[in-house]
Amino acid sequence: MLTALSYDLAHLIGATVLMAGFALLYQRRLFAVLNTFSFQALALAAAAAWQAHIQHAPHLYFTAAIALVFKAMIVPFALHWLVERLGIHRTVETALSIGWTMIIGVALVALSILLVLPVTAHSAALTRESLALAMSVVLLGMLMMITRRNAVTQVVGFMALENGLILAAVSAKGMPLVVEISVAFSVLVAMTLFGIFFFRIRERFDSLDLNYIETFRGDR
Amino acid sequence: MTVPGFDNPLTWILAIPLASAGLLAVLPNWRLASWVNVAVSVVTFAASVSLFHYRPEPTRLLFIDDFNVYLVALTAFVGMTTSVFSAAYIARETEAERLSSVHLRFYHSMYQAFLFTMLLALTANNTGVMWVAVEAATLTTVLMVSLYRSREAIEAAWKYFILCSVGIGLALFGTTLVYLAAQPVMGEGADAMAWTLLVQKAAGFQPDLLNLGFVFVLVGYGTKVGLAPLHAWLPDAHAEGPTPISAVLSGLLLNVALYALLRFKMIIASNPDTLAPGPLMIMMGLTSLFVAAFMLFRRGDIKRLFAYSSIEHMGVITFAFGMGGAVANFAGLMHMTMHSLTKSAVFFAVGIITQNAGTKRINEISGLTETTPALGWAFVVAVLAIAGMPPMGVFMSEFLVVSSTFARQPLLALPLIVGLLLSFAALLWRLQGMAFGPPPAHPHPAHGRPGGWWGAMAYAPMWAHLVLVLVAGLYLPPLLAQWFQNVAGLLG
Repeated sequence: MLTALSYDLAHLIGATVLMAGFALLYQRRLFAVLNTFSFQALALAAAAAWQAHIQHAPHLYFTAAIALVFKAMIVPFALHWLVERLGIHRTVETALSIGWTMIIGVALVALSILLVLPVTAHSAALTRESLALAMSVVLLGMLMMITRRNAVTQVVGFMALENGLILAAVSAKGMPLVVEISVAFSVLVAMTLFGIFFFRIRERFDSLDLNYIETFRGDR
Repeated sequence: MTVPGFDNPLTWILAIPLASAGLLAVLPNWRLASWVNVAVSVVTFAASVSLFHYRPEPTRLLFIDDFNVYLVALTAFVGMTTSVFSAAYIARETEAERLSSVHLRFYHSMYQAFLFTMLLALTANNTGVMWVAVEAATLTTVLMVSLYRSREAIEAAWKYFILCSVGIGLALFGTTLVYLAAQPVMGEGADAMAWTLLVQKAAGFQPDLLNLGFVFVLVGYGTKVGLAPLHAWLPDAHAEGPTPISAVLSGLLLNVALYALLRFKMIIASNPDTLAPGPLMIMMGLTSLFVAAFMLFRRGDIKRLFAYSSIEHMGVITFAFGMGGAVANFAGLMHMTMHSLTKSAVFFAVGIITQNAGTKRINEISGLTETTPALGWAFVVAVLAIAGMPPMGVFMSEFLVVSSTFARQPLLALPLIVGLLLSFAALLWRLQGMAFGPPPAHPHPAHGRPGGWWGAMAYAPMWAHLVLVLVAGLYLPPLLAQWFQNVAGLLG
């Protein structure tokens, strides 16, 4: 059954995912972002595997395997290859300075704790804290998508957000379809990576920087 | 999870588009593929009509009730008529050498995959399956929006992908929270995600978690509905994709996202201790209406113009469901149907117009009633219908929304009417130049104007939709009215 150790480990691993979410925000080089993301996915895989163990839910091992193989290895590798192949700028272009991003990030974590803990007063302790961690990861992923201009960092931000969602789903005890949901996300991301390559965005724009892409925004 | 058997019409409704998506992906001849696309869409529609005669028992995976049966039929119907229009549209695009045969194979396959995902989202008896279906619908449409590979198309597809992915991500978080709220009552596992069971026992769910979950679901699926301020993807996606896709995006996908939202609203409405979802929806609806109404005045691109009109109508529908109550829900359901039919008719007309004119710029399109009278007048009728001119069905449903608002919250009716009048004026002003202005001095040398068979296929779907909307405006069969009332009661 659930012991104090299993709670503590679950929270430790969840907090590691959150830490990686913060680490993503202060990277200045694109490859460092990819490595940090890879680490976050690794932590997510550990979280899913641990939940599979303590909930006696073997299907969550699949989720862990998807996170380990697809997100921690294939996706960062593919993005790495794309960045080199398409000659994308290797520095992270920020829309908001890193200092401010971090401050907002801390505020978002506080917000999710203040929001989630009171409303889950009647839920199992394991779920409560994991949910607060997961929501923080989701919000940090959104923050990254908003404050980083480069398309590659936006994809990474989206995947970080998705890591938070999967963390929430594996922590919700007995939630069905978690595997299907992580497969659906993986297909989405895979198609996007494929799309970036296939469309040869690099050939059409001078950079993957969305500022170039968005010149057509507004009245046309 | 049990898979329904082959005696269940739902199996066929889902299996046919899915199987044809696979078939069309390998069919090399695009002309044949467009016919196959029409044929399977007709069969899917026929199967969906059979649901009215025989309603299968709900299974763990799929279910049909009064609410979704009409959306399934509507989706299959517009999917069918659009496939007919698409065949004509594609033929001209290919002659103009804007699309290659590889693109078309992909296009037809994705068209059926898109219909499959929408039908699955509508019939899923599980919040998780529904979410996966909506996500897959996003993916298929992103791929179709980027079909032309132009700079604008890729920008639109990228924006659509990023915004809607975040949207459905948040919707998933909301879905997880609703599951957690239901779990103490329903127990663990698939039961706590089944619509049919959730609604019955919603009164015992944890209200705080439900509230938080609903907010995420509203923002998440609301992005997909195109509610302001989350609408930024919608005009681009509508403008840059192939026009048949604009028609199904506007006419069907927005409805499906709204359906998802309304299902969650049914749960939260059955719980006495939760916040009232109405005011949130009313606020988002009115914001969308006003944002769209003002944006309509400044559009220079004809497809973008009608994309903003979709935001406007989705705002009105969300407003109506936010008001709640028998009459407003009735009006919302009817407006969903009318908007779906009318807006796809408008996009059919716009598709032919842009192909004739070789441009999407409103300034460069003029004198349609002189140069191509049949098309020009059809366009006039369609735009007047979508603007809410009597006696068309859109007027009827808008009138119902306004009058029910007057009866209950007269103060809210004021901004509603102002918003509706603003968009009416904007559309009429734009229509005037395009339909009755002086014809262009140097007409665009159009490739193969529609004539004969292809012409009939391009025009027939548009007229079919307009006739239906006119009939609904003049006379709603008592059976249909009764049934809208039943559903309105279900929605609470």
